[in-house]
Amino acid sequence: MSDVELHHQPDLAPGDEETTSVRLRVLGYLVGLGLAILLTATSFFIAGTDLVWQPSIPVAIIVLAIAQMGVHLVFFLHITTGADNTNNVMALAFGLLIVFLVIGGSLWIMANLNHNMMPMDQLMQMQR
Amino acid sequence: MTTAVAHGDPHQVGVLADFEHEGPAPKRIVTGFGFWIFLLSDMVMFSCFFAAYAVLLGQTAGGPSGAQLFNLNNVAIETGCLLLSSFACGMASIAAEERNFFWFQIAMAVTCVLGLAFLWIEFHEFADLVARGAGPSRSAFLSAFFTLVGCHGGHVSAGILWLLTMMAQVYAKGFRADIQRRILCFALFWHALDIIWVAVFSVVYLLGSAA
Repeated sequence: MSDVELHHQPDLAPGDEETTSVRLRVLGYLVGLGLAILLTATSFFIAGTDLVWQPSIPVAIIVLAIAQMGVHLVFFLHITTGADNTNNVMALAFGLLIVFLVIGGSLWIMANLNHNMMPMDQLMQMQR
Repeated sequence: MTTAVAHGDPHQVGVLADFEHEGPAPKRIVTGFGFWIFLLSDMVMFSCFFAAYAVLLGQTAGGPSGAQLFNLNNVAIETGCLLLSSFACGMASIAAEERNFFWFQIAMAVTCVLGLAFLWIEFHEFADLVARGAGPSRSAFLSAFFTLVGCHGGHVSAGILWLLTMMAQVYAKGFRADIQRRILCFALFWHALDIIWVAVFSVVYLLGSAA
């Protein structure tokens, strides 16, 4: 029975960490802060530079933003892939599904409607 | 080695069954998980505002577009404020778990000052836009912009009120278990706001001024 207790990992609340040493925890936040500053600085640099191929800039900004959100989730919110974190990750996955459905669906439907809509002056003519 | 053989269960699949009857999870986990669900629903709400903003991006009604309005220097300072305040908030949650009153109050005060600096810059940006005739009633694009960024600002304001409440509660009641749970939820809230700000500055400001 003691064996089982040794292997048993209780769940972690989101935001809670496994390690207990203060030095390591501060170090974790410092690494997160460093990565976040690096990614932010890159985003701002890329937005205003002429050094890269212009059409790639929006894609690069979005990729950097997603990377930075990942850094925040791991280092600040402590959402990890550990066995004790499964519930938190599943909730996050469902949230992300809804977010992508809302944003992607809205853009898709509205672009489609916009494409199929008669030009405004013709519409006015018909209503006259 | 012998324990592993005795187990015959390297991935601890069967362990769950042994612990099914242990009773409910500790309150800290239940509270934290519940608040995490709330934060995710908050992000779903923000995704609606993002979707509205993206759809209405081009509908400037002859008014100014984002590229003509946004000042990226201000946005960079705002981003720095929020990032550092997120870090200070992390220090505060470490101090709370170590039950260190002094460093908890210092870290929370730094978080508060940086949050207020963020709000101050944002308020001036909004006031400047309205003064230049680019208020929320000017065009559908500006309505969506003010709704999205203003909603984030409103969250930050609420977060600062919550932060001050936590400082007062720790001062009056100490690091009791229920206070610790509130600090955990506050830290989650504050870090989540920073994540939403990453999306805001990337999608609204950087893409807006690049396009």
